[in-house]
Amino acid sequence: MLDKLPNDSNDGVLSLERIRALPGYPGKDRFDEGPVVVIECDEDIPCNPCEDICPEGAITVGEPIINLPCINPDKCNGCIVCISICPGLCMFVVHKNFSATESLIYIPYEMHPVPEKGSIVKGCDRKGEFACDARVEKTILIKKLRKTAILAIAVPKRYFEIVRAIKL
Amino acid sequence: MNDELVIIGAGPAGLCAAIEASKNNLKVLLIDESDRPGGQLFLQTHKFFGSRHHMAGVRGFQIGNDLLKQASDYGIELLLNTIVWGIYPDKRVAFATEGEKKCSVIAQNILISTGALEKAIYFKGWTKPGVMSAGAIQHMMHVHRVLPGKKVLIVGSGNVGLIVAYQLAQAGADVVGVIESLSNIGGYQVHAGKIRRMGIPILTSYTIVEAQGTPCVESAVVAKIDDRGIIINDTELEVLCDLVCLAVGLRPFDELCRVLDLKMVYIPNLGGFVPLHNENMETSFNGIYVAGDVAGIEEANTAMDEGRLVGIVVAEKLGKIPTKKAGELKIQIRKRLADLRLGSFGSVRASGKAEIIKHWQ
Repeated sequence: MLDKLPNDSNDGVLSLERIRALPGYPGKDRFDEGPVVVIECDEDIPCNPCEDICPEGAITVGEPIINLPCINPDKCNGCIVCISICPGLCMFVVHKNFSATESLIYIPYEMHPVPEKGSIVKGCDRKGEFACDARVEKTILIKKLRKTAILAIAVPKRYFEIVRAIKL
Repeated sequence: MNDELVIIGAGPAGLCAAIEASKNNLKVLLIDESDRPGGQLFLQTHKFFGSRHHMAGVRGFQIGNDLLKQASDYGIELLLNTIVWGIYPDKRVAFATEGEKKCSVIAQNILISTGALEKAIYFKGWTKPGVMSAGAIQHMMHVHRVLPGKKVLIVGSGNVGLIVAYQLAQAGADVVGVIESLSNIGGYQVHAGKIRRMGIPILTSYTIVEAQGTPCVESAVVAKIDDRGIIINDTELEVLCDLVCLAVGLRPFDELCRVLDLKMVYIPNLGGFVPLHNENMETSFNGIYVAGDVAGIEEANTAMDEGRLVGIVVAEKLGKIPTKKAGELKIQIRKRLADLRLGSFGSVRASGKAEIIKHWQ
């Protein structure tokens, strides 16, 4: 009901334009090369665990602590360690050329049940709207991940910057 | 022997003060009205923001567990299920514990770390069963494992409203939407983004007009408001829901401060009337300190650091810690507090805190 109403301005969703302008957002070539992190963090919140946890030193927040995290896409190897530490759940790893036709997107997931590997779920955009079917390739739920599961979902390539969530 | 530090309220501020003081060999008594210390930390299932020092990336309840373990390792004396009902000018703390005879102690120093009270907004039907505050809902879900509604309308888009929306959705409720009377979302975009990705709408410039249903909430009427807060004609909409969650802000839980007639200052950015205090968190009453939300509404990280600061200040005052060492520790904590008050969200609180210090001088 409320979701059918038009919203004027700030509805809590970052536009793709804004996300692409964030510090260190990977360029086209880097996406083509292999898995890389995208950080959809756009506010000056005092927060830096991503900088501390990255084993490659690919994320810099520095001083002051309210700087936006800046990715060095050349250092990032898409290891996914950062996804589960981010309190904002706003880090994703994107493997654009997972196959000839599909991209693989690693997303944080804190709902129950965690879908099984191989199942087909609804791939959704940043507004929770259906974008395309998504296939669950991996579910990673280990103690190190602090109760945030990580799902790797395969989607048609053209959705690699669109799909950021799933619905069962 | 008098207790060197009596702490009222074992939430993040009180626990951290107790741990810091015990670390420095102070005799501490920690009092809390509930059956378990930790305060709101045990309602926080989300990961905390901040830095390594604040255990960023760790969930609130896990930080709570860690603090409880430290408190127990230091053997801190803890009085639970205990209501403090008065503090006398000789620093006698009067309390009532179910089934216990002892009813007061005289303290050398007192920390009031009683946290916050939730505010409410008033509308037709606001007393119906099914209209609840965010804290009550969190308490029912996380402490008592009860989901208080199936279809939920959230009023207020500050971090509390956004987080509760997420937690309700995790618990299986259908969150029909979050409404906000201001033209912008109050909380962090990342918290908003999480629930938006789940398809939960957030409507700004909307208010609740009425909660309907007999006897319990069956629906709510919401309406669009203009920039003066006046309802725009013909925008009313009935939304089916059985729970209305009020997440419309907090104010310092200041009863004990009032009992002592502590000087208060009005700082809207910190939740309203706040006990006047100096940089050491000492109030207008010598030897009585405040920390955490009662000293101005902030968040758990600042509460923990303010608590630690009081632990060190009192230890220094009683000669348990050399002035030089205390000075260094205080500088470290103040630097962390300053960091937590940076940015567009933090600076609002920083200016409130600066105003308190200005009043003090």
